Amino acid sequence: MGQDIYKEIDQDIHTDPMILQMGPSHPATHGTVRFTLTLDGETVVKCETEVGYLHRGFEKEAENSTWTQVFPYTDRLNYVSPLLNNFGYALAVEKLLEIEVPERCNYIRTIMGEISRLSDHLTCIGAGALELGAMTAFLYAIEGRELVWDLIEEVTGARLTVSYGRIGGVKDDLTPDFAEHWKATRERLIEIHGITDKLLTRNRIFLDRMEGTGVITPEAAVSYGFTGVTLRSAGVGYDVRKDHPYFCYDRVDFDVPVGEHGDNFDRYLVRMAEVLQSIRIIDQCLAQMKPGPVNSDDPRVVLPEKAKVYNTIESMIQHFKIIFEGVQVPPGEVYSYTEGGNGELGFYIVSNGTGKPWKIHVRAPSFIVMGGIHKLFEGSLLADIIPTFDTVNMIGGECDR
Amino acid sequence: MAKKLIDLVQTKFADAVVHSHSRLGNDTIVLHREHLVSVMEFLRDDPATKMNFLRDITAVDYHHRVPRFDVVYVLYSMEHKHMLIVRVQLNEEDIDIPSVSQLWGCAGWLEREVYDMYGMNFTNHPDLRRVLLYEEFEGHPLRKDYATQASQPRVELLKPERDSVEEFFHYVKDKDQATGSRAAE
Repeated sequence: MGQDIYKEIDQDIHTDPMILQMGPSHPATHGTVRFTLTLDGETVVKCETEVGYLHRGFEKEAENSTWTQVFPYTDRLNYVSPLLNNFGYALAVEKLLEIEVPERCNYIRTIMGEISRLSDHLTCIGAGALELGAMTAFLYAIEGRELVWDLIEEVTGARLTVSYGRIGGVKDDLTPDFAEHWKATRERLIEIHGITDKLLTRNRIFLDRMEGTGVITPEAAVSYGFTGVTLRSAGVGYDVRKDHPYFCYDRVDFDVPVGEHGDNFDRYLVRMAEVLQSIRIIDQCLAQMKPGPVNSDDPRVVLPEKAKVYNTIESMIQHFKIIFEGVQVPPGEVYSYTEGGNGELGFYIVSNGTGKPWKIHVRAPSFIVMGGIHKLFEGSLLADIIPTFDTVNMIGGECDR
Repeated sequence: MAKKLIDLVQTKFADAVVHSHSRLGNDTIVLHREHLVSVMEFLRDDPATKMNFLRDITAVDYHHRVPRFDVVYVLYSMEHKHMLIVRVQLNEEDIDIPSVSQLWGCAGWLEREVYDMYGMNFTNHPDLRRVLLYEEFEGHPLRKDYATQASQPRVELLKPERDSVEEFFHYVKDKDQATGSRAAE
């Protein structure tokens, strides 16, 4: 009699897989993505990703504006590192125009790009720590980002949507005391890097959540088109800055940190190492750069000086034509790629020889990572989605365009 | 370097290549649609090319040109560090193109975007749905004849008895398990 009661309890409890909707606005995922998860207990069996909640038609919008008017739109792609998008787009158009920018401009682009990358990595590290409950580390990382943004504000006049890039140059030269300010910021950034390292890298709770979760093999990472930190953490040392140098990356000495396990912890470590590399690059650039013009002298592309615009009719006409008709880009198409904040940022642009782009396509690293993110989720626990989603650093504005 | 890849494809697949050029350092070959998959597979697997990384798939609408569309594949080799752009031209009336989703993991996802924006019909694609826009969206917005200010029909609210979780459950159960995100493997 008594035996029969236990028989039922001892039976293996069979449950149907459970469907769980995660997102699009989940408090622990900074980005509007919907995951439809099929769960077996706490294990993710299947993940369906749905993106597009932030789609605003960047590519269509760009087709209806002049080449220069696209810059503000590119700010809003990866809004944590807008300068990298600005320069990536400018480089693509310059390739199509076949113009060279002055040396100093290349240095400025390298410096400002790396500063932007610092802000990207610091945000990712900080926000990732916050989502795992480490408020302290978050505050330090965000302090670092604020310092970086102060520098960006000093040079560009804006903190987030900078629109600093121009075809054939940049908006302005660096401020005269930029190097001095960088020195002070640099000290504090290295301090912050040390503190964050102490707070997180050997932290038991952090390690338990990060180590061995969200693993991807190098073959799968390449096949799914992952780039940037997500690819490098898996052991593939592909970095556009190193493999196909642009701007001044061939003139500075820096390492490409590579992970080996392809898990969340390696992605965190690679980001931490890249913060130091970026600081190295900026130091070298500031030491190497010489005074000079920051804009190309090609009159088809660059606006004439204000004094000339107001006082001579030729410059006035030139100014008018560039503003109203846009820069006349010769017909053709080009795929140009740079290393963005979280992967290879490619621009495929087509011109039909007018002042407006015929087509601009962005190879957004976040969008492609979202196409393969189920590889990182499936087979792991539901709770591991939070650190994994953070370390791939998906940025909604770039993913959904 | 520059012409080597193009020459290789041209000798291997003489009748597959429509024309080729290397303008602005971008080696480009234009292929016939029927040969796309075999050439792509060759490019991926051949030791001399090893294009194991598909950077991007997109399309261009030339509107008044015949053929109207170009589908563009940007391939890259992690080992040899070389890049090749493959284009396929499509007529407006016949926008079927074979899918390459079995060759690269990300291809299926990128093809969904091209379908979403240009309406290309990728045959043999395991899961051809819209990706950035919603399924009720009418038209393909990156086509040049799609008016910028075009308005979309209003999507009816889900009825209270319609439960999206329940619906998805049926979707998962009714369809083969190999559809959806796993299909690309």
